[in-house]
Amino acid sequence: MKNKKQLFIFDPAYRGRTASFTLVIAAYVILQALRSSGNLSSLFASLLVPVTCYIVAAIGLNLNVSVSGELNLGQAGFMSVGAFTAVCVSGRLVAAVSAGIPRLIISILCGAVIAALFGFAIGVPVLKLQGDYLAIVTLAFGQIIKSLITNMYLGFDENGFQFSFVENKCSLAPGGKMLLNGPMGATGTQRIANFTAGTVLIIIALIIVYNLIYSKSGRAIMACRDNRIAAELTGIHIANTKMLSFVVSAGLAGAAGALYGLNYSTLVPNKFDFNTSILILVYVVLGGLGNMTGTIISTIVLVLLPELLRSLQDYRMLIYAIVLILIMLITNNEKVKTMTKSLRSRFAAGRGADKKEAA
Amino acid sequence: MKNHGLVKKVLAALMAVSMMAALTACGGSGSSGSADSAEAAPAAEASAEAAGGVIKIGGSGPLTGGAAVYGTAVKDAAELAVAEINAKGGQQFELRFEDDAHDAEKAVTAYGALKDWGMQISLCTVTSSPGAAAAPLYDEDNIFAITPSGSSLAVIYQDADNAANPYGNIFQMCFTDPNQGVASADYLAAHPDLGSKVAVIYKNDDNYSSGVFNKFKAESEVKGLEIVYDGTFDDSNASDFSVQLTKAQAAGADILFLPIYYEPASLILTQANQMGYAPTVFGIDGMDGILTLEGFDTSLAEGVYLLTPFSADATDDLTKNFVENYKAKKDGEIPNQFAADAYDCIYAIAQAVEAAGITADMSASEICDKLVGQFTSMTFNGLTGQNVTWSETGEVSKSPKAVVIQGGVYVGVED
Amino acid sequence: MEFLSYLINGLGLGSVYAIIALGYTMVYGIAKMLNFAHGDVIMIGAYVAFFALTNFGLPLIPAVLLSVIVCTVLGVTIERLAYKPLRQASSLSVLITAIGVSYFLQNGAQLLWSSATKVFPAVISNGSLNIGSLQISYLTLITICVCILVMAALTLFINRTSTGRAMRACSEDKGAAALMGINVNFIISVTFAIGSGLAAIASVLLCSTYPSVFPTLGAMPGIKAFTAAVFGGIGSIPGAFLGGLLLGVIEILAKAYISTQLSDAIVFAVLIVVLLIKPTGLLGRKLSEKV
Repeated sequence: MKNKKQLFIFDPAYRGRTASFTLVIAAYVILQALRSSGNLSSLFASLLVPVTCYIVAAIGLNLNVSVSGELNLGQAGFMSVGAFTAVCVSGRLVAAVSAGIPRLIISILCGAVIAALFGFAIGVPVLKLQGDYLAIVTLAFGQIIKSLITNMYLGFDENGFQFSFVENKCSLAPGGKMLLNGPMGATGTQRIANFTAGTVLIIIALIIVYNLIYSKSGRAIMACRDNRIAAELTGIHIANTKMLSFVVSAGLAGAAGALYGLNYSTLVPNKFDFNTSILILVYVVLGGLGNMTGTIISTIVLVLLPELLRSLQDYRMLIYAIVLILIMLITNNEKVKTMTKSLRSRFAAGRGADKKEAA
Repeated sequence: MKNHGLVKKVLAALMAVSMMAALTACGGSGSSGSADSAEAAPAAEASAEAAGGVIKIGGSGPLTGGAAVYGTAVKDAAELAVAEINAKGGQQFELRFEDDAHDAEKAVTAYGALKDWGMQISLCTVTSSPGAAAAPLYDEDNIFAITPSGSSLAVIYQDADNAANPYGNIFQMCFTDPNQGVASADYLAAHPDLGSKVAVIYKNDDNYSSGVFNKFKAESEVKGLEIVYDGTFDDSNASDFSVQLTKAQAAGADILFLPIYYEPASLILTQANQMGYAPTVFGIDGMDGILTLEGFDTSLAEGVYLLTPFSADATDDLTKNFVENYKAKKDGEIPNQFAADAYDCIYAIAQAVEAAGITADMSASEICDKLVGQFTSMTFNGLTGQNVTWSETGEVSKSPKAVVIQGGVYVGVED
Repeated sequence: MEFLSYLINGLGLGSVYAIIALGYTMVYGIAKMLNFAHGDVIMIGAYVAFFALTNFGLPLIPAVLLSVIVCTVLGVTIERLAYKPLRQASSLSVLITAIGVSYFLQNGAQLLWSSATKVFPAVISNGSLNIGSLQISYLTLITICVCILVMAALTLFINRTSTGRAMRACSEDKGAAALMGINVNFIISVTFAIGSGLAAIASVLLCSTYPSVFPTLGAMPGIKAFTAAVFGGIGSIPGAFLGGLLLGVIEILAKAYISTQLSDAIVFAVLIVVLLIKPTGLLGRKLSEKV
């Protein structure tokens, strides 16, 4: 792959990338237009930021699951690290940096960096394992992170920070603030996240992920996924290569968590449990492994679905479950598969260049 | 090259459906023509007029997931109260109760859904952390809210660490957590005959339980009450209490303080009984409901003390009526304190609405100002207390009654 | 003495985990899928046993049998409807479907039986055996015994019967097994039936010890048992037994001697350490890689 080719956004080899960016920007423009004309309902307005967070986390996970072929069941753990880091940083800087935007940027950066560091630390042991064992260890780390954050107490007052573990020993002077209050998490956070920041974050995430996929390291990662031993024989350093994608994924999850944490006035550690990890995994699988555009679309649909089913009252989660099962059954049905395959070959004759993107 | 094409198509179809639904939803709420999305008042006004003199009460709580039992109790009791009030004639109300799955994110979207619907008055949320997330929104839009059971300080204060900056338009029907902790410690300190060494088992990932415990501990130090053991559990360990009970027993505790809900409490009582450990058990309002737990051997709860504002066994007409109607509505299920608090919330709202002369054509913000004035000055008599009043911070003032379980019923304790 | 009583409590809890873990491990060994809906089958089993005991007033053994039958049928039905069409699909698709089934069962149970907790009747003796100052409740002893019995019966079944042999063949190589005339689909159904039947037994033991029945009952024991299965080496039956017991003991001891708050973190940390030393679990087989 020659470098100059990357300049052509309409190159069929990069169709996936073009589609992702077009989708994100178009959605942003339409939604902002709707919002500023007062035509966006409050329900949908309240969903904008969380959706962008989930998309960023899902893009990160997609890199992990499909590009490097590792089933990560602990993505919520990294989101949690990012979220609580950002909430603490933002809470500490309320007085020093009163403007929302710079504080938001600083907090998200801190969240992403700390989560990436966690990703690195966890990656060292985790990446020695394979397959389902790797999955369960990421699950275990997710649970451990949740458990640790649930037991952390961090407060600050005019005398500086106070930290305690397991038991809350912080005694703050009047006017002090608990940044982390154990199981109760963070309360009284200033809500400085917004949709524009979320969209920018998605675009940054896409740029990082696509650059990685289309780079030499990206090809090395995929080579490791497809045949570890063969890749090793060609001189690829497996551990480093896998670590790169794992750390990037953790960092993206951290940034997503940071944005999420700063969108609500309260955040509890229990939010980022096993179910949240699974939820993000569902977005990725449903969107199609390795397909970032698909991930974005499936995240939007699956976040919206339960909200649109609100009128069904008690039945909505039941229907949601049924829809989930049916989608899986239909998309994997042999008859449907052959049908789409023949349709595809009829329409896409001569356009076989998007192999790059498919898993 | 897998079946991505198909996935895309299915998703595209789903997307189209959701977009259509989204647009309809927009059309419904955007009819007032307001240009600013933050302005709920005109939208609410417009839809209220269309509904013909009905005041819209919203609320959210967990209707699905692990905490669903609390949300459904509140929903059903509130529906019951609204139906009763509407049947009497006078000002009519309409209730819409959304699911928030005990999650802050869902509580905020539920708030959005309620606002689109044109909510004028709210029951806020059932549980605390979603309440803390929704509270700033109620404050921004100036919609009156009274939570039946969101007992954390973060629901009513912007700065919960220092109990400062109350929102002012969010009220509580239940006690705040610190309040219960103090009351329990005071009661135990005043009754040394119950025992002198206290063990506490609390749920450390629950706002309510931790909040009560922290205050209980602080007050115990003041009152010279000796806490010999405190153990915790959380959602993932909410079934096995053998370790905590063994330690409490080893520490020689003769009082077991359980600032938790009745479901885990029933497990603790069962396991303590299996171990042959019989301390005096002391609970708070969350313990109410233990006698009516389906299948529970009430003899295990014999001699349990609890401070509760409501008991389903009370013999006054109001309670008897409520319990009967609630049972009829929910195939024999007996109401717990969540249901009672929700029922009282609706009646308190109705009383204030009548007293302030609020009509359905008023905007939510206008109603809010009037209701805040009413709530901070009125006295309310309900299921959960007589002569209930509210402070300007939104905290309720009512007195919990100490009861002891004897022969499977609550018996009031003197003083 | 205190240590011994913690140890025995841990073994009791571990026995329940072990029986549930057997379900996970058998399904994984043969169908190569993580059946995340297994925990919810336990929940259904608990509800069936509850209604059999209270509403129908059945004695213990028929109630357990009824629960086993319902769960077996449920397990096989789930397999036929949701998993069988996905035999050729990626393991991730099957995983997501399993999660969908789990949501379905939880929400279905909530709609059918409401989210209010029901208390499981005390059908197994409440007393305890006293040896000196050591007190062991009969319930714990019964749980441990049932677990050993189940384990022994399963081992006999797997090793001595032709169906058992066919199951082992399928777990080695489904293609070759099919060529040898084994009906692979039937074997997978049998596996689900046994796993789900065991889930029903586990549910009665679980609810006798911790008598709360509610729709999300199975979630936590499910995850713990899954951890236990991996701990012992997923796919290995003695591994699930050992993993379950160890997990229960570690959990109780961590709570007793380190911290009740951090017991979960400790359990998972031990799991990680074990997997780093033995990457396929305690009794799992090392897989050789082919280029």
